[in-house]
Amino acid sequence: MSSSVLIGYFDNEDKILDATRAAHQAGYPVHDVYTPYAVHGMDEAMGLRPSRLTYVCFAAGLLGGSLALALQLYTSVVSWPLNVGGKPFNSLPAFIPVTFELTVLFAGLITVAAFLARSRLFPGSRRLTLPRVTDDRFALVLGARQGEQAHHAVEDMLRRHGAVELSWKEMPS
Amino acid sequence: MSNSHLSPLRVPLVSEERSLGQLTEEICAPMERRPTRAWWVAFAIAFALLAIGVGMVAYEVSTGIGVWGLNKTVGWAFDITNFVFWVGIGHAGTLISAILFLFRQKWRTSINRAAEAMTLFAVMCAAVFPVIHMGRPWLFFWVFPYPNERGSLWVNFRSPLLWDVFAISTYFTISLVFWYVGLIPDLATVRDRAKGLRQKLFRVLSLGWTGSHRTWSRYETVYLLLAGLATPLVLSVHTIVSMDFATSIIPGWHTTIFPPYFVAGAVFSGFAMVLTLMIITRKVLGYEHLITVRHLENMTKVIIVTGGIVSLAYGTEVFIAWYSGNEYERFTFLNRAFGPYAWAYWTMVTCNVVSPHLFWFKKVRTSPAAIFVLSLVINVGMWFERFVIIVTSLHRDFLPSSWSMYTPTVIEVGTFIGTFGLFFTLFLLFTRVLPIISIGEVKSVLGFARGHSPAHEPSTHGEPRRHDTPEPIAAEVPSPVLVGLATRKDVAV
Repeated sequence: MSSSVLIGYFDNEDKILDATRAAHQAGYPVHDVYTPYAVHGMDEAMGLRPSRLTYVCFAAGLLGGSLALALQLYTSVVSWPLNVGGKPFNSLPAFIPVTFELTVLFAGLITVAAFLARSRLFPGSRRLTLPRVTDDRFALVLGARQGEQAHHAVEDMLRRHGAVELSWKEMPS
Repeated sequence: MSNSHLSPLRVPLVSEERSLGQLTEEICAPMERRPTRAWWVAFAIAFALLAIGVGMVAYEVSTGIGVWGLNKTVGWAFDITNFVFWVGIGHAGTLISAILFLFRQKWRTSINRAAEAMTLFAVMCAAVFPVIHMGRPWLFFWVFPYPNERGSLWVNFRSPLLWDVFAISTYFTISLVFWYVGLIPDLATVRDRAKGLRQKLFRVLSLGWTGSHRTWSRYETVYLLLAGLATPLVLSVHTIVSMDFATSIIPGWHTTIFPPYFVAGAVFSGFAMVLTLMIITRKVLGYEHLITVRHLENMTKVIIVTGGIVSLAYGTEVFIAWYSGNEYERFTFLNRAFGPYAWAYWTMVTCNVVSPHLFWFKKVRTSPAAIFVLSLVINVGMWFERFVIIVTSLHRDFLPSSWSMYTPTVIEVGTFIGTFGLFFTLFLLFTRVLPIISIGEVKSVLGFARGHSPAHEPSTHGEPRRHDTPEPIAAEVPSPVLVGLATRKDVAV
């Protein structure tokens, strides 16, 4: 059994925002929207939940900070205690700069790695792109309900919202 | 493009009417055409300077750092001056890309890509100096804490110089990642226009970006997080650099004002360098409508502010030197202003305290030629600031018997010139191989305009001017591409 997706092309940010909002509200499954730049308000129009990468970032920062402190305490207190100007071996204020830097480093690198992994972006990825969506076209990809009438209804809706081009594609479910 | 951005008060960020397609064309054009004669001339000069620097460094490494003009009293001079100078230059890039992003300053979109690239190149130039100052640069990895064969000997985490190692390497890494993440969508744009080998290359670099909004949504989150991380990072880096001095007990260095003073100075000199580069770039590449006079003007306003902070810091230092009652501190400041290096001190004051005030005049602030000259003046002044801090504090210390003078040698000057060669060579290559303006971000601010501007009537939105009438997509795209979409694994119906 196969189902169809309808790809509607738009030439304007506002039109595709309206169309996406309408399709989402009408209950058509919105696969994805392809745009040349980040369209603000689209998350809400598509009904996307906020990304959870912020939690990843926080955890990674915590990890980096802990590792940095552990490394400094181990090397300066346990492994090679060195008397510098009579200061205590576990002189915490002196360890803050390196701890901060490693917190940022871990948080940044791990968040980006998580983003790339979650979005399946990697060198050599050969995913095909829709025409002109990295240039000046906005594409809305909708799953549709069965039946010819439903097809007409969704086509009409996209046209009403200013789609410049529509195409149906069959895909295995 | 959204009509909600239209307002009778809003000044357009892009000063000429442009469609999305035209923008893509314009920004990709310098990469896709042959380099101009001007580019070749500039590249030849930059490369020659780089060659001089390489020669000097090779001579220095093979002979020893005795070839520098350093002596027992002035043990740090040209190298650390240049190091701080270059690190400072880098700061404006991160400031534009991260701090202005957090402050929702949309005007950053035209300049952030080039400014971030400038950051990376400046940090590379900065890194040259401490590495060659080590004397045995091939052992530079000794600065990292790794289990080694020297018993349980570890690096000293209480040393500001080691903090520097972590600060600069983290700063470079995060700046690089931030820059690359920002580039991914544009790399996809270039990939979709390119053919042959270039397409293959950009296919690898763009990591399979499709423009999917689900990805865009996460991308925006990540970009925001990176900006949030990079903002305190910028402040921390120059704070730590200043601690190289402030944690010592040398009069003129041992001051608590150093961290904010250095950060402000870094932003001050960095913005001057961004202006220098942007004024040349917009002219050479014809981007006057993208990097508008308003962008330049905004940057000069940042320069007025940071210049003011720097001036205040100079004043505070002098005041505290007097008010502290510490005779060594007082002597150091009198010696700076009236001693043998007074010429350097007054050059610094003229360039950094006096010249930014010319930007209060709208005529100066909106004239690219005047801004260009002043940005050069500020760069010179900020270089002298570091020179004054370092050399005048060291050359006359507590013991008059150890007083001495310092003059840079040809090797030192040549190395410094070489880093300019490195900087400009990298920047010129960058203008040839990557989009120097963030295509995706500028597209998103195209609609920021006055409501009555005919350029932004909804009827003209998104219509590519290169085609008189929008062509139907199906006509120009073979259907297999669309079928390809339907068989993609990540589209699950």
